[in-house]
Amino acid sequence: MSKAMTGAKMVVQALVDQGVDVVFGYPGGAVLPIYDEIFQQNHIQHVLVRHEQAAVHAAEGYARSTGKPGVALVTSGPGATNAVTGLTDALMDSIPIIVLTGQVPTFMIGSDAFQEADTVGITRPCTKHNWLVKETDDLARVLHEAFHVATSGRPGPVLIDIPKDVQFATGKYTEKKARKSYYQPQVKGDITSITELAAAMEKAKRPIFYTGGGVINSGPAASQLLRELVAATNFPVTSTLMGLGAYPASGDNWLGMLGMHGLYEANMAMHGCDLMINIGARFDDRITGTLDKFSPNSKKAHIDIDVSSINKVVHVDIPIVGDVAHVLEDLLKVWKSRGRKTNVEGLSKWWDQINEWRKVDCLKFKQEGKIIKPQYALQRLEALTKGHDRYITTEVGQHQMWAAQYLGFEDPNRWMTSGGLGTMGYGFPASVGVQMAHRDALVINVAGEASWLMNMQEMGTTMQYGLPVKQFILNNERLGMVRQWQQLLHGERYSSSWSESLPDFVKLAEAFGAKGIRCDDPANLDDAIMEMINYDGPVVFDCLVEKHENCFPMIPSGKPHNEMLLGDASTEGAIQGAGQALV
Amino acid sequence: MSPLKIKKGSTSHSAYNLHSGYGDVTERHTLAILVENEPGVLARVIGLFAGRGYNIESLTVAETDHEGHRSRITIVTSGTPQVITQIKAQLGRIVPVHEVHDLTVDGPSVERELALFKVAGKGDARIEAVRLADIFRANVVDSTLESFIFEVTGTSEKIDAFAELMRPLGLVEVVRTGIAALSRGN
Repeated sequence: MSKAMTGAKMVVQALVDQGVDVVFGYPGGAVLPIYDEIFQQNHIQHVLVRHEQAAVHAAEGYARSTGKPGVALVTSGPGATNAVTGLTDALMDSIPIIVLTGQVPTFMIGSDAFQEADTVGITRPCTKHNWLVKETDDLARVLHEAFHVATSGRPGPVLIDIPKDVQFATGKYTEKKARKSYYQPQVKGDITSITELAAAMEKAKRPIFYTGGGVINSGPAASQLLRELVAATNFPVTSTLMGLGAYPASGDNWLGMLGMHGLYEANMAMHGCDLMINIGARFDDRITGTLDKFSPNSKKAHIDIDVSSINKVVHVDIPIVGDVAHVLEDLLKVWKSRGRKTNVEGLSKWWDQINEWRKVDCLKFKQEGKIIKPQYALQRLEALTKGHDRYITTEVGQHQMWAAQYLGFEDPNRWMTSGGLGTMGYGFPASVGVQMAHRDALVINVAGEASWLMNMQEMGTTMQYGLPVKQFILNNERLGMVRQWQQLLHGERYSSSWSESLPDFVKLAEAFGAKGIRCDDPANLDDAIMEMINYDGPVVFDCLVEKHENCFPMIPSGKPHNEMLLGDASTEGAIQGAGQALV
Repeated sequence: MSPLKIKKGSTSHSAYNLHSGYGDVTERHTLAILVENEPGVLARVIGLFAGRGYNIESLTVAETDHEGHRSRITIVTSGTPQVITQIKAQLGRIVPVHEVHDLTVDGPSVERELALFKVAGKGDARIEAVRLADIFRANVVDSTLESFIFEVTGTSEKIDAFAELMRPLGLVEVVRTGIAALSRGN
């Protein structure tokens, strides 16, 4: 079945057919016909952001918090180039988003026309796939295919570049299911390998589940199956930054996050395990530390939907290509049918060892005196927001790591952070996207003052759409993580790592018509946080914290998991030799 | 997606294995990549090689199935076994890539390259060039009183050898198509 309509109308029609309810965007000359169609309908709400980068991050926030693809709409040239950071961010973290860009008319492509850029060329390496549509008749098919590609297999960002004449011209609109896509990634894991893993699990004395964003991306069923598997086996579980919430932080078997700023018990368990079961993670360099000393005595299994993730940096013994939910379902079936066996004696000793590591209490800190410790601020935020319908986004830096350490996540899709790309300026627009999807929820962006300033123009968006997002800024007047590295690595020469000429954040909030709260006294912190939570509208919370606090624990560059730094005591010359060249 | 076989590890000390086991031995592999013939597909494939720092020693591409919108890209690349595996996996995840075949490990295959040689000369050199061309079963596809263009088909080694012989005889210009390869049998 096909109907005749203009390209611009097709865009709106396809979005409606795909179940899209919100589009984040910014208009411009090359997308005016689409904006004209958006004006004349009521199915899709358009959210006018203040910068195209924010449109893409907002779409990411929407996608990460709902599991549905996010959509952004921007114009040609600068609109498209501003979207590049968001696209790369989504590619690194496997977030399904669809970015629609306007393009100069087909007959002007290649002529260096006004606001022309080679958008598909620029975005080819930072999208999962992209298309330049030159015929209106192809547009509907490409739009539907884009949603399929973005959400199938390993999710990721896709981009469709639509020249203005294609938007104006009339063509045939084809329905969503008109043609089956040739892109059909494998979701079922190989049963022989799954059985091999089950057998290894039965024998393991020191097993560990190392879970990642793939569990979240696979959908709520994957998190549920993971919980069943952990409960059934009594194996300990740790997670990457991206996977927080897949297993509940309150769960008995939870070791906390692993990696560079992960918990001592999680990293020690990774180093000492004899069976590592990687579920939907990718052995990122933030996780492994130095590769030649990474978990030296373990057999490694790796469940991943992306073949290229397997054996990319760490050689694995049991590779399983497939979707996490599908593989875990089969794994549970196989394991149960084989008699639900585990090495109870070995496991008991393993837990004794883990509990010894836990006693180190690597996140301990002392809140003394009149200055708020950032850890304390997050501990109080956690305590006071725990029972709420809460979503957390973050910017990038020390505050992000502290948030991962001190906030607990009970469910998937509640934690939105830029992991792979580490994009400062991600959190604020992401919180806008999350709040658009969950209008009644408590959405908090845990930020540093430097990151937050990178996309602070989005205050306008929050006011325009009445989005009560809470900007919880840990203000140390420093680029904290940069400063920390300069202290550890560059002889305390703090080159350009402090924030001079900061605005008055309270007045800044008020200038936009939002509420500003400043807190610099630990005694007032609880009241101030409650005031933030209870205020019905956007809040900028300027939390003045200790300026020189370092983020620990930390695996210094070039060191393995079992050589973590636990506190300020032992940091002199911590990063040496080859480690100095690493980031 | 492409039917890739992941090699299973053999020891429990796998993290060490990554470095010591694989070593620095570089292998040369011929890959046949069947792609959807759509705009930009070649850019995606070679962009992958450039972006991730892989080598391209030879590249041949043309549409092979007009009805089915398929093109075949033949790439000769080199790297450690781990890199080769990674290249195949990375190629396999490009959306318009249908199949990736490693002709070097999939079984015996036939490789051919076509080259054109322009050789200018007079007298004995000219006669010698034609004599050698005959030995190499090269065709003369253009001739003037002072030059020839020879067409040679064969393995890359054969073409290298012919180039070596033509150089002292007045070789002016060479063009090579890059390798085309097919697996043997059915």
